[in-house]
Amino acid sequence: MKVLVTVKRVIDYNVKVRVKADNSGVDLNNVKMAMNPFCEIAVEEAIRLKEAGVATEVVAVSLGPKACQEQLRTALALGADRAIHVETEQELESLNVAKLLAKIVEIEQPAIVILGKQSIDTDNNQTGQMLAALTGMPQGTFASKIVINNDKALVTREVDGGLQTIELNMPIIATTDLRLNEPRYASLPNIMKAKRKPLAVKTVEELGVTLKEHSKIVSVNAPAERQAGIKVADVTELVDKLKNEAKVI
Amino acid sequence: MSILVIAEHDNDTLKSATLNTVTAALQIGGDVAVLVAGSDCQSVAEQAAKISGISKVLIADNPAYEKFLAENMMPLIVELSAGKTHLLAAATTSGKNIMPGVAALLDVAQISEIISVESADTFQRPIYAGNAIATVQSLDAIKVLTVRTTGFDETAVAGSAEIEVLATVCDSGKSRFVSEEVVASERPELTSAKVIISGGRGMGNGENFSLLEAVADKLGAAVGASRAAVDAGFVSNDMQVGQTGKIVAPELYIAVGISGAIQHLAGMKDSKVIVAINKDEDAPIFSIADYGLVADLFEVVPQLAEQL
Repeated sequence: MKVLVTVKRVIDYNVKVRVKADNSGVDLNNVKMAMNPFCEIAVEEAIRLKEAGVATEVVAVSLGPKACQEQLRTALALGADRAIHVETEQELESLNVAKLLAKIVEIEQPAIVILGKQSIDTDNNQTGQMLAALTGMPQGTFASKIVINNDKALVTREVDGGLQTIELNMPIIATTDLRLNEPRYASLPNIMKAKRKPLAVKTVEELGVTLKEHSKIVSVNAPAERQAGIKVADVTELVDKLKNEAKVI
Repeated sequence: MSILVIAEHDNDTLKSATLNTVTAALQIGGDVAVLVAGSDCQSVAEQAAKISGISKVLIADNPAYEKFLAENMMPLIVELSAGKTHLLAAATTSGKNIMPGVAALLDVAQISEIISVESADTFQRPIYAGNAIATVQSLDAIKVLTVRTTGFDETAVAGSAEIEVLATVCDSGKSRFVSEEVVASERPELTSAKVIISGGRGMGNGENFSLLEAVADKLGAAVGASRAAVDAGFVSNDMQVGQTGKIVAPELYIAVGISGAIQHLAGMKDSKVIVAINKDEDAPIFSIADYGLVADLFEVVPQLAEQL
C-alpha cells in the first residue's frame, strides 16, 4: 500500500509577518521558511503507517519553486522513501494545486493521500477537499485518528461539537488536524541519507494540467492594531471597570 | 444575482451561524435562497423560513444528508448551483468540509473565511493567522464563499419565506457515519456566546477549569481554551479558540493563564472587550487586553466568581 503525502513550503510559524509597503502581499524576502506544520503532521502519519506495516511506500510531493526541494529533503530525512517535485515559479491557487495533485494521484495510485488541513500562510483549508472532489475519493478531513482495515478506513475528525468518526471506502484523502500525532525530528544520519534518496522533478506541462486564474489579490493590508489597555490592581477594580466603564457585565 | 446559502443545523435547530451567513449574502445583494439539507429536518426549514430578506427555503430531507457527509452533500449543492452566482456557507467545520469540493466540481475557486463584502465579486479575508488582510477579487462565474461568522451580524428573524421540497437524493455510498462524541453542555456555544472565559496552560490541569466554570455560571458565559491547554489534554478539542480552532468575537473575552500565542490571538482578537489574567506581566496577551490583571489565577479567579 502506497501513501502519498503533500508538503508545502511556508513562512516559519515563529516569524513575525510583515505586509509589504506597496500592499501587494507579505514580505518573504530573507525570511526563514519551513515545512507547513500541518504537513509535518501529515508526513509523520505517513511514516507511522509504514512503521506499523500498513503502508509499504511513502511518497512525498511538493509544488512550487526549486527551494521546495529543501522541504522535500526534510520529508525524506523523516522517513519518506522518495519525493516528487512539481517545479513552477507561478503562484498556485488551491484549485490548481488540487488539479496537479490529482494528476500525481492518477500516476502513483496511492491508497491514501494525506495533506495538512490548511497552510499557515493562506489559511485556505481547501486543497484536500478539492483533491477528493476531483479524484472521487472520499475524504476524512481534520483527522485526529486514522485506522486502516483492508478496504476501509476509520477516520476520527475534529468537528465543532467534538469528535466524529466516519468510515470511508479506500482509497481515501485525509487532512490532518493538530492532534493526529506529534511529529518527530530528523536525526543527523537520516538527514545525510536523505540526500541520496530519489527526488523526481516534473513540470506542469509534463503533467498536462492547464493552470487557470480564478482570483486575484487586489491588495494586502495590515490588520487594525488593537491598543493595549490598562492594568488593574485587583479583582474589585476589574469588576468595577467591567460594570461601569466597559459596561459588558 | 442569485445566491444560495447552505444552512448550518443539527436536524433540529437552525444554528445562528446561518444568520451571519445570510447577512453576508444580503450584502452581496439579489435573490437569496437557503438550503436545508438533512434528515427529519422539517422544523429547521420552518425556522429558516423566518429569516428576514430571503426569498425561499429549499429542503432536501433524506437520511443520506443526516450527518452532512461531504460525499453526499457536494453533488446536491452542485445540482442546485445551476443559475446561481454565489454559494455561501458558514466557515464552520461542516462548511469547510463541504464547500471546497463543490467549488472544485464547478471548476471555480473557493474564497475562504470572508470577513467583509466589498462588492459582488470582491471580498476581504484574513491570511497569515490574521496578521494580514487580503482583498480578493473572484474571476469566476460562480463565487463559492465560506463566511467567518464574526465578520457579520446575525440577520433578523421576522420573515416568512416559502418552503420548497426537493426530491433529489445523492448517496455516494463511499462514506458512512459511525459515531460521534459530542460534548453536551448547558452553556452557550463558543461561537455565539456573548461572554467567554478561556483557560490556557497556566490552568495546570483539567480539574482546575472548574474555577472558570464558576465564573462562567455567574456570567452565562461559554468556556474556551488555548491550543496549549487542549494539546496538554486538560480539555477537549471542541473548546479550542484560535487560528485552527474556533474564531470568536464576544462582547467580553476573559483569558486566564493564557500567554497569548499568535495562534490564539488570531481566534479572539476581534472581541469587544478583552480581559487578561496572568502572573507573567510580560505575557503578550497583555498587549491586546483592555484590562490586564497581573496575578496568580488560583487566587483571583475564585475572587472574581465571588464578586460577580
